Amino acid sequence: MTDALYSLSISELAPLLARREVSPVEVTERILDRIQEMDGQLNSYLTVDVEGAKAQAKDAEARLGRGEATALTGIPLALKDVLTTKGLRTTCGSKILDNFVPLFDATVCAKLREAGAVFLGKVNMDEFAMGSSTENSAYGPTHNPWNRDYIPGGSSGGSAAAVAADLCAASLGSDTGGSIRQPASHCGVVGLKPTYGRVSRYGLVAYASSLDQIGPLTKEVRDAALLLNCIAGHDPKDSTSVDAAVPDYLEGLGREIKGLKIGVPREYFGPGLDPEVAGAVQAALKTLEGLGAELLEVSLPNTEYGVAVYYVVAVAEASSNLARYDGVKYGVRQEGRNLLEMYAATRTRWFGPEVRRRIMLGTYALSAGYYDAYYRKASQVRALIRGDFDRAFTQCDLLATPVSPTPAFRLGEKMADPLTMYLSDIFTISANLAGIPGISVPCGFSAGGLPIGLQLMGPPFGEAALLQAAYAFEEATEFHRRKPGL
Amino acid sequence: MALTREEVLHVATLARLSLEPDEVELFTRQLNDILAYVEKLQELDTADVTPMAHAVPVFNAFREDKVKPGLPREEALDNAPAREEGSFVVPRVI
Repeated sequence: MTDALYSLSISELAPLLARREVSPVEVTERILDRIQEMDGQLNSYLTVDVEGAKAQAKDAEARLGRGEATALTGIPLALKDVLTTKGLRTTCGSKILDNFVPLFDATVCAKLREAGAVFLGKVNMDEFAMGSSTENSAYGPTHNPWNRDYIPGGSSGGSAAAVAADLCAASLGSDTGGSIRQPASHCGVVGLKPTYGRVSRYGLVAYASSLDQIGPLTKEVRDAALLLNCIAGHDPKDSTSVDAAVPDYLEGLGREIKGLKIGVPREYFGPGLDPEVAGAVQAALKTLEGLGAELLEVSLPNTEYGVAVYYVVAVAEASSNLARYDGVKYGVRQEGRNLLEMYAATRTRWFGPEVRRRIMLGTYALSAGYYDAYYRKASQVRALIRGDFDRAFTQCDLLATPVSPTPAFRLGEKMADPLTMYLSDIFTISANLAGIPGISVPCGFSAGGLPIGLQLMGPPFGEAALLQAAYAFEEATEFHRRKPGL
Repeated sequence: MALTREEVLHVATLARLSLEPDEVELFTRQLNDILAYVEKLQELDTADVTPMAHAVPVFNAFREDKVKPGLPREEALDNAPAREEGSFVVPRVI
């Protein structure tokens, strides 16, 4: 039993902790040992907070002893290094924040602490969440636990790899164009991007503010519901968080999905789709049909424009958001002869190439004379994409699609050509543009043994139905039970 | 609408970045590839479409105007690369 403690999901671990059959100190120490043993192969953690985690675990033990257990008491979690943690270094995968120690907790971190979670540390990511492979991290790439020659996906690649490799019970990531769902799919775990505004972004280091959203990466669907229960809700500190009631996302789990109308958008099954991914997703659709869901073909005609819209809107917002890194208030400074030279020296030396590329692109798109052609046009097409979803959801309850057109690719394969890398996000980007929720659940493996994910998307604030369907699918399949041979 | 070398250098200045000579070539090519792809958007007629800047219609998020303790000065300076007498220090501007 003790040997496998690290492999348990939140839902498996919580009752053992509550009944005091295992101690949170034991669980935390066992996982810290495993990180020490295994993470040299994966590079999923940027900072392991050994002392902090042990202290939090002791505190959890004391609370369990007093009978004061809350939802996550003693549950060891890993946080994407884009979330600020008071007193614990937060780099965002960038050298420009190499020495940055936040003064406050992100709202989600404060909520998880409140619920009793133990923070093991901060996990790897593409620099400022810009990337689809975690290769843009200034601290070296994370490796896919299923095959270390392959990328884990990105930008929340550290989160997905750590969950898959049992180096935490679960993790929080962020998703701007697929950065939770795509790595979840490539590492064979569950990843949920909530509706824009469902979860507070306070303390999430901003990349593209109209698209960013925080969500869980977990070993099973129930855990995603549980974590969403803890982190969802209005926050006065984030004016874009929505003041809507938070249902109990666990409640619908286990309810049958008979009669649920699932739309299958034909644009997601075109020629660019890898045959193995197509096969696994088609089989998943059959499974959903077998559970009583009603499948119907729908159309999202503007799908093919999603990537183009994203690479205007996201980079425009990024160029503005990242102006704050100027070597004055926090982060690393590179000296220059005067103020302007200091700014340029700092930003040139300490931002990586992809970040500089996106800042350049965004600056250009917003510069005098080009605003209408790029930003305004992209924002209009964004409205069309949202319109596609609004129309589809008058016909169906949820949509089912692949997460990524291919299984994980090899490390280094797409680094020379940014555009090819961008196109790998074609199936996930639209949900961010439209602000709707999406989830990735394991639905198969390639012949080479790499995981494949099924994406379900729902209307705004439709997380409950999404989780219910994902749970039913998970119950009917075994893919989530398989573990990488490390 | 291809970007020239000079435009790339101008954009770098606007973005407070400086580029190495070989990087100018690389960025010019890569940015042009991406912009050529983005041209795709011009295929669509959007004359009557209201631009969408945000996913959720939230307007005027007001909060109570209450006095609360702010960030203590010393703490605010904790992460500064250079500080002196309670201020951020930057290279001489005048």
